[in-house]
Amino acid sequence: MRSLLPILTVVAAIVAIWYAAAVWLNSQWTYDQAARAGVEIGFSEVVADAWVQERPVLPAPHQVAVELYDTVIDKSVTSKRSLVYHGWITVSATLLGFVFGTVLGILLAVGIVHNRAMDMSVMPWAIASQTIPILAIAPMIIVVLNSVGVQGLVPKAIISAYLSFFPVVVGMVAGLRSPDAMQLDLMRTYNASRAETFWKLRLPASMPYLFTSLKVGIAASLVGAIVGELPTGAVAGLGARLLSGSYYGQTVQIWAALFAAAAVAAGLVGVIGFLQRVTLRRMGMQS
Amino acid sequence: MSETIIEARNLDLTFETNDGPVHALKDVNLSIEKGDFVSFIGPSGCGKTTFLRVVAGLEQATGGSVTVNGLSPDEARRARAYGYVFQAAGLYPWRTIAGNVKLPLEIMGFDRAEQDRRVRNVLDLVDLAGFEKKYPWQLSGGMQQRASIARALAFDADILLMDEPFGALDEIVRDHLNEQLLKLWASTGKTIGFVTHSIPEAVYLSTKIVVMSPRPGRITDVIESPLPQERPLDIRDSKEFIEVAHRVREGLRAGHSYD
Repeated sequence: MRSLLPILTVVAAIVAIWYAAAVWLNSQWTYDQAARAGVEIGFSEVVADAWVQERPVLPAPHQVAVELYDTVIDKSVTSKRSLVYHGWITVSATLLGFVFGTVLGILLAVGIVHNRAMDMSVMPWAIASQTIPILAIAPMIIVVLNSVGVQGLVPKAIISAYLSFFPVVVGMVAGLRSPDAMQLDLMRTYNASRAETFWKLRLPASMPYLFTSLKVGIAASLVGAIVGELPTGAVAGLGARLLSGSYYGQTVQIWAALFAAAAVAAGLVGVIGFLQRVTLRRMGMQS
Repeated sequence: MSETIIEARNLDLTFETNDGPVHALKDVNLSIEKGDFVSFIGPSGCGKTTFLRVVAGLEQATGGSVTVNGLSPDEARRARAYGYVFQAAGLYPWRTIAGNVKLPLEIMGFDRAEQDRRVRNVLDLVDLAGFEKKYPWQLSGGMQQRASIARALAFDADILLMDEPFGALDEIVRDHLNEQLLKLWASTGKTIGFVTHSIPEAVYLSTKIVVMSPRPGRITDVIESPLPQERPLDIRDSKEFIEVAHRVREGLRAGHSYD
């Protein structure tokens, strides 16, 4: 309860700054309109107008809230105008891409840790892959996959996996290498095979690292799924909402989609955090 | 009639490092008989841990020979001839105490009933009965080290190699564990190799004390202890104990007069 007050203070401050910024950014349009009509206009009228414009440069918080209420609560979830409908499309691509990326990341990490050639060769490529702007290759992935008949969810999921495998590789390599020399020596005194060392020592030791990178990975997956919707003229998904919003100057719609994306990201990261706590507690570790 | 378990002949080991070769062991000759409690004592860098690691097959000698039960160290390691206790307990935080002790048994393929029976036995032996379901972080440092000794005993190898197992513990706990270790040794009849840098610990525990000195790591003295098998803690005030401790100290000093 005591921590609630500072949090609310910060939120109130952000909202206040936001309203002020909306006045500052949107007033130009009001002044222009007034000048064109040849009328003098007072500051209080400018303020009132800045918060109710239909296509403001920066929508006021209550406009975004109303739009969110309309498109999340009011519309049926099957409606093409429902953010829940669009959100689900993006989330399904995100989850599929996250599974692809996690599996790929773990497999690469296992290879890197156990094979010297892979250790030397895979990591530079993995790093290089992340330096290429995803916006540049997303259309190519869509086009190439489309030409071999793969459409719909999978191309988006692959773009999303492209972003999310990387934190998993990095985290898992660190995790699988986290047992120290003494623990590895102990396994040698038992004459344990590499497989036994992997299953009984390296893998359980890597779990805290894995969950930390999964949190980064799922957020990256969501970004990948949204970006995958942008260059393809997708008709559904949060990315499509952002795109159509910018085509038609519907800034309120853009902001609503952004908030929906942020909420989805927070929810997904929260779910991973919950799984982390449950798993580590069942493994007897204090997390 | 004693049977030689570990035998080193003209053992040499040189590590190649970036600063040039380091002579970790030079011309080490030593026989360890069945049932011996042998302590290795000396300053850091004298090769006492390295010698134990060579015996365990964790390090390769660059010259001379070592046999363990008549086998090469590597063959002995594969035959699981010894249990090894490290400086730190190194228990897996995700396993309970029973789970940790079970680890070598799982790897060595004991069946489940046998695993449970052995875990119960060795936990009794180190006085940790009732802590099976606890996790390592719930135990004190001394208890964790006892659990790691139980883990090394679980598969009942004849040799127990211990690398400064009580080095990180305070003196009171250490005394207590030394006493327990002697009891355990008496009841199991195992051959024990024990690295330490505490003179009282070495004298109190051992039937044979190997004094080593550094640069190059070598043996300067081997002392057969005249102390009786039965050793209450206050034996440390006896004349024989003080004489042996004195001789160990002399040996350590002689090793240092070179530099």
